[in-house]
Amino acid sequence: MSKARLLVGTKKGAFVLTSDGKRKDWEVSGPHFAGWEVYHLKGSPVEPNRVYASQSSGWFGQIIQRSEDGGKTWQPPGSSPEELLSPEGMPKGESNKFVYEDAVGTHKWYDGTQHPWEFKRIWHLEPSLTDPDTVYAGAEDAALFKSTDGGKTWRELPGLRDAKGHLWQPGAGGMAVHTILLEPKQPDRIFVAISAAGVFRTDDAGKTWKPANRGLKSPYQLPDPDAEVGHCVHRIALHSTRPDVLFMQKHWDVMRSDDAGESWREVSGNLPTDFGFPIEVHAHEPETIYVVPIKSDSEHFPLDGQLRVYRSRTGGNEWEPLTKGLPQKNCYVNVLRDAMSVDSLEPCGVYFGTTGGQVYASADAGDTWQPIVRDLPAVLSVEAQTLP
Amino acid sequence: MIRVLLPVHLRTLARVNGEVKVEPEGAPTLQAVLDAIESRYPVLRGTIRDHATLRRRAFVRFFGCEEDLSDESPDKPLPAPVAAGAEPLLIIGALAGG
Repeated sequence: MSKARLLVGTKKGAFVLTSDGKRKDWEVSGPHFAGWEVYHLKGSPVEPNRVYASQSSGWFGQIIQRSEDGGKTWQPPGSSPEELLSPEGMPKGESNKFVYEDAVGTHKWYDGTQHPWEFKRIWHLEPSLTDPDTVYAGAEDAALFKSTDGGKTWRELPGLRDAKGHLWQPGAGGMAVHTILLEPKQPDRIFVAISAAGVFRTDDAGKTWKPANRGLKSPYQLPDPDAEVGHCVHRIALHSTRPDVLFMQKHWDVMRSDDAGESWREVSGNLPTDFGFPIEVHAHEPETIYVVPIKSDSEHFPLDGQLRVYRSRTGGNEWEPLTKGLPQKNCYVNVLRDAMSVDSLEPCGVYFGTTGGQVYASADAGDTWQPIVRDLPAVLSVEAQTLP
Repeated sequence: MIRVLLPVHLRTLARVNGEVKVEPEGAPTLQAVLDAIESRYPVLRGTIRDHATLRRRAFVRFFGCEEDLSDESPDKPLPAPVAAGAEPLLIIGALAGG
């Protein structure tokens, strides 16, 4: 019987949640890397027990960890037992070296001046769809790094920052590559999303990039209606069978592209508020999408204290609230951009974590929900894995 | 032999308990000690000082003999009791943040 595993990153460590295919009863293990921020964990699609994790701290910087047993044990890549330096077993630790290529360069600062790029942390890890040793890492300050040796060493793909990087500007949450979408049908095509710069696409495996933001409107942030960069994109998502169709939760507005990001149109439709962070696509229905509406950019909690996921079965515009099992009063948590995920079981499982430390699961595509855990540290990311 | 007390998170990362002892090459300066620590515990590269610039990370502090050495030149000799191993060099995560 198939199983589900959730990889949960929080402000104070990582947790691994596992269940059988019914997804009613869950086992929780953790915290791993206790006390550290774990922005993201993700398993290799081709070797699901190989899981990469981004462990970071304002004090001690960035560490990349890797597990070969689905999150039970961890090593910094390059420090497997046969590679240890001495009988004392010291990890080698090249895996946390993220250095920008060439001249560091500058981007736009809050006051409009130019400011040098400074590496802070890895927000998102995206393992290759075909090679377990290849993995991409999205960094703050915004840049894309790639490893082809299982996370042991990293090189920046500097062409991304050539896509008008001098005009990118941090938002309130910083300036980071937070989304990396690998195109399953065209291996040289990658989409990334950056706050607050926008969406960028490469068609040559990361050598050159172009902005893909036509149709986005940000009148209060960008007076220029045709601005190519500077949009505060919170999240983008695609379905693997139809990768030219992209969905976006922008700062405000839910958007859709039917031409691989060449142009976007708004599909917020009847949402009660179109501010939010995550957006996800149903595993089996490419026109079924999920968002979590949040009141506003100045009040990061659900409208009226009611935690509601909204589902559209029409690729946007027509939305229905999903409330069964979710708190409908006095709920003032947020759901961050990387904290929603789907499994590929039947029916599709949908999961999200909150800044209040709850992880909610739906084993019926969102019709009903139950909390798996209620009292974790603030959840930064949730990744669902479907296991044989 | 210089005794160094690492903060708990770095001890976990380096998989050591208690103090570590290093034998720096050349004069016993802060830089020489950090070089020796990073050579012996490479996983700590980038956690105490920046990979590229080798500058101290903002919320890491160095103390020896009750003196704050954090803003001293990395080439300055360490206090004699630290250099002699009588007192440890303390590497501390600053009281900052929540």
